[in-house]
Amino acid sequence: MYPLYLSAFTGTSALGAGLGPTLAALLANRSGLAPCAFETVKLDAHVGEVAGLDTPLPAALADYDCRNNRLALLGLAQDGFADAVRAAAQRYGAARIGVFLGTSTGGILETEQAYRRLDESGDFVAPPNYRGRHTPQALVELVAKELGLAGPAFVVSTACSSGAKVFASAARLIATGAIDAAVVGGVDSLCLTTLYGFNSLELVSTEPCRPYDAARRGLSIGEAAAFALLERPAAELPADAILLAGVGESSDAYHMSSPPPDGRGALAAMQAALEQAGLRPAQVDYLNLHGTATPSNDTAEGQAVMSLFGQRLPASSTKGATGHTLGAAGALEVVIAALALKHGLIPGSPGSRTLDAALDLDYVFTPRRQSLGVVMSNSFGFGGSNASVVLRRADAKVDA
Amino acid sequence: MNGLFAYLDGVAALGPGFDDWPMLAAQLRGEAIWQDAPTRLPVPQALPPAERRRVGKPVRLALALGFEAAAMAGADPAALATVFTASGCDGDNLHALCSTLAEPERLVSPTRFTNSVHNAPAGYWGIAAQATAPSNALSAYDVSFAMGLLEALGQVRGEQRRVLLIAYDSPYPGPLARLRPLPEPCGVALLLSPARGEHSQARLALGFEAAEAGSIGVAGLDALARSAPSLRALPMLAALARGEGGRFGLESPTPLTVELQPCA
Repeated sequence: MYPLYLSAFTGTSALGAGLGPTLAALLANRSGLAPCAFETVKLDAHVGEVAGLDTPLPAALADYDCRNNRLALLGLAQDGFADAVRAAAQRYGAARIGVFLGTSTGGILETEQAYRRLDESGDFVAPPNYRGRHTPQALVELVAKELGLAGPAFVVSTACSSGAKVFASAARLIATGAIDAAVVGGVDSLCLTTLYGFNSLELVSTEPCRPYDAARRGLSIGEAAAFALLERPAAELPADAILLAGVGESSDAYHMSSPPPDGRGALAAMQAALEQAGLRPAQVDYLNLHGTATPSNDTAEGQAVMSLFGQRLPASSTKGATGHTLGAAGALEVVIAALALKHGLIPGSPGSRTLDAALDLDYVFTPRRQSLGVVMSNSFGFGGSNASVVLRRADAKVDA
Repeated sequence: MNGLFAYLDGVAALGPGFDDWPMLAAQLRGEAIWQDAPTRLPVPQALPPAERRRVGKPVRLALALGFEAAAMAGADPAALATVFTASGCDGDNLHALCSTLAEPERLVSPTRFTNSVHNAPAGYWGIAAQATAPSNALSAYDVSFAMGLLEALGQVRGEQRRVLLIAYDSPYPGPLARLRPLPEPCGVALLLSPARGEHSQARLALGFEAAEAGSIGVAGLDALARSAPSLRALPMLAALARGEGGRFGLESPTPLTVELQPCA
């Protein structure tokens, strides 16, 4: 099934719209987190909010107009991504390209707002648009419509692993010949459910989140849209072409909202990803950690990383920069991993200062410049859903 | 690896008027009369008592479906990869959360928030079945059965592993019920294998062409199949129940037909 070619990719988050601002922020170790002033939320928290989502969608897409779908279209418009997909549709045919996207809450914000205005009989005064906004599938319908695609399309919603697992779904369907290419990614936007929900679990940090830090106090929620176009690789590829080398998936079978302390589910996902990629742990040059900055996640993931890679592998979580973008995180962090490969950059971890003493890792606090051949990105979610994605450069020396 | 096909080793069903696959199969064959009745959702005994009390209808539904299909095929549930697919979420839980968020205090229950993830049935299945194999959860509105079957067959062929597909729907209370009417909790499960085995009942293949959805021939069940995305499988399952083959168009973003061939 692997490798596949990421012939186009883009990411939009609190760091900015598109790859340029994202790379600049990563190089500067800048965080996009700011004190929460979102909607009517009154929480002592920081969030990674995307600017420019106040403009309604064009009239033709009015049924789909909601924060999540505005973010999706803003993301598609960056880095020539939409044009690259439209060109692929010309080559393969619109029905030969799938659309598989992750989201956890989709357009729920507009339903939350509609619940504030119910009449005496309990009906909506201003009903939300169910099909265009409320239901998660609205996201792939909108993206397919915008890109002129007519292939299979579905939303994966496995909480915070969603945006990574779509890469595996697409790879399988390309391998079986069901489709020739796929638009994969994730889009998740700020809403009250996740802000107040994580707060109810006492998992929201009052300061900008500090992944893997000894003094970490929880996560900061962000929002993002990230996309990649996956195709079979041509015989000749540019040296810096980014390839999807493997995806590993596993389930914790342990607890709904916390991982087993030894991180065995995370370990199984990382091992499966390396197996798919035909690579050994020593061949990985950088790991983008799930690193939510909750006490239990970072401890469990850290244990798994130590047992698989020892201390030598440079690793960091970029959630101190972007916030935890939930159902989009897997896709956003694959895009960050692709940027890392392309530009020889190991991102730092703004906000983190002192590594948790229980973890013996090469945790990267400030950006390093070095050439990279293979990188891995971890994404784990509630319900014990784990996914690890391995990318490599076309010119990576990984045969030995 | 070309072609999306699998062998159907186990089937499960649960919904209004039917408690399991043998009961529905008899109704689909016309040997028993289908009558609308509230769905009898079993208590998930496989979950630890603390978890058992917390779970909503989709979890109870999905666990019952998964264990029935695995048992029919004599399969160890712990070893099976799973694909959960649903048109929407746990409506009761969503209604409660949105109601709470509309109050001034916004005192969200941590359990309700934890259970609000779309993959809650997958998470509880993992705990109940001790299944550490990969699990996916799709949300795909009216095309949820077709897309779930596509994802499951992608796994069967791409990863060469058995996959338990669990398709279900659960209705909303409150104001969303009028925006999105759904019947009583209902669903089906299919255990799909890459190779024919002793439990194989039929071969399923997906093709990217259009076909008629097909009819069950029982008016009430045909209406039920149209009312719940997970039950778009019923015309195909009616043929299976009668030991017949056939081609059945599925509601899908792209033309999609499932072909059923009984194993002789």
